[in-house]
Amino acid sequence: MDPLSRYDPIVGDPAAFHAACDRPLPSVVRVNDIKTTPDRVRRAFEAADVGFEPVGWHEGLFELDEGESPGNSWPFVHGWVYGQEEVSAVPALVLDPEPGERVLDCCAAPGSKTTQLAARMADRGTVVGNDNNLGRLSALRSNAERCGVTNLVVTRADARNFSLKPFDGEPFDRTLVDVPCSCEGTIRKNPDAVDNWSMDHVEGIAGVQKGILERSLGVTRPGGTLVYSTCTFAPEENEAVLQYALENGGCRLLDYELPLDHAPGLTEWDGETFDDSMRKAKRIYPHHNDTGGFFCAKLEVCG
Amino acid sequence: MNDGSRFDRLPPTADDRTVEGRATREEAVGWWVERFGLDPECFEGHTFWEKGSGKIWAFAGDVDSPAEVEGLGMTFLRTRQEHWKPTTDAVQRFGRGAVRNVVVLDRGDARAFLRGEDTDPDWDGDWGYLIAAHEIAGSVEPIGVGLYLYGELRSQMPKGRQREL
Repeated sequence: MDPLSRYDPIVGDPAAFHAACDRPLPSVVRVNDIKTTPDRVRRAFEAADVGFEPVGWHEGLFELDEGESPGNSWPFVHGWVYGQEEVSAVPALVLDPEPGERVLDCCAAPGSKTTQLAARMADRGTVVGNDNNLGRLSALRSNAERCGVTNLVVTRADARNFSLKPFDGEPFDRTLVDVPCSCEGTIRKNPDAVDNWSMDHVEGIAGVQKGILERSLGVTRPGGTLVYSTCTFAPEENEAVLQYALENGGCRLLDYELPLDHAPGLTEWDGETFDDSMRKAKRIYPHHNDTGGFFCAKLEVCG
Repeated sequence: MNDGSRFDRLPPTADDRTVEGRATREEAVGWWVERFGLDPECFEGHTFWEKGSGKIWAFAGDVDSPAEVEGLGMTFLRTRQEHWKPTTDAVQRFGRGAVRNVVVLDRGDARAFLRGEDTDPDWDGDWGYLIAAHEIAGSVEPIGVGLYLYGELRSQMPKGRQREL
């Protein structure tokens, strides 16, 4: 049985949901404002006969025609573009950091969202990109360097034990908590994403997510903003993790605008009820906008 | 002694130097300004650090105790050889404002350069490290570092950045 069928009661249109999950995902690139503009990328693609379309809701995202590979073009060589799925561009927009702020990306590698944060800050202030895997950190560094990012500090730690020691104990203004997850929402890119699906795996990873969110709240200043996101549908890894943080105190959910079709966060699942404010979180299903699946919540850190 | 495993801030000037052979901030910035005619203001918001032997990093900010971090901004310049060498990433990031020692390659040479090959462009300027660039989308954009010697331009494109377009 398809593990994704457990979501039939919440996706709105199960047939459209499953049909979208079975279609391959188009290649999308994000324009890197540190080095160029959407207009120059457009002109470079046109001159090289690379087929593309703007995505509509975001001027810095281009969908490439079938068969085009983002890595094999002058705009990629120059660090003008980064191959990044449409929905993966959402959390950095929601976190919305300002130039000059201090921002933590606690599970940063390989760096699509980290470089997007740096670009939104005009490469000023500080982005700390943390990850626990040396190989992935090396990918993060090279992606950031190709994008011309110079405001990035790379650290290596388990995000559950992230230390403020190199930063004089000073908490961050904003934190992106884009946690490791069961990745159900990447099924269109990785058709085997749910081949080894099990409730044990979901529950195990939810435990890690709770630890990461708790530590991230602890290293973000009171009044600061935190965005929690996953590329999975499982409420155990989304609303249930946020519910845990709400019950421990220290944060509240915030409303935010999103110019993409979506559904609100759940207030109940599998016999459990969640706080009413969970509706402020957003679920993006593949059939909503012909993208991957995503979950994103914006939180304010309380004192 | 330089400890290659950690980040140490460059001293502002030679008078402040405590580690033998370490480049100073003044020298590192001065090298870019002198070599490529860049405005020193391009680097005003950056701090400069050494990690690894002579490898200089440029960081857009400051940090309290960088000893335990893995990366700080981007690699910028290599200074432990007689001839200092800029990095590909720094040339792409800072080189757009360069007014000298920039060799603009034609379409074929730009592609060959990106493959890591030697080319033979028209050039009657300095020998040594040049910014190799090409025209794209209406202006000149740096690709990487070329070493001009004996009438040929040797591509210094790192293996991982080489491409066959």
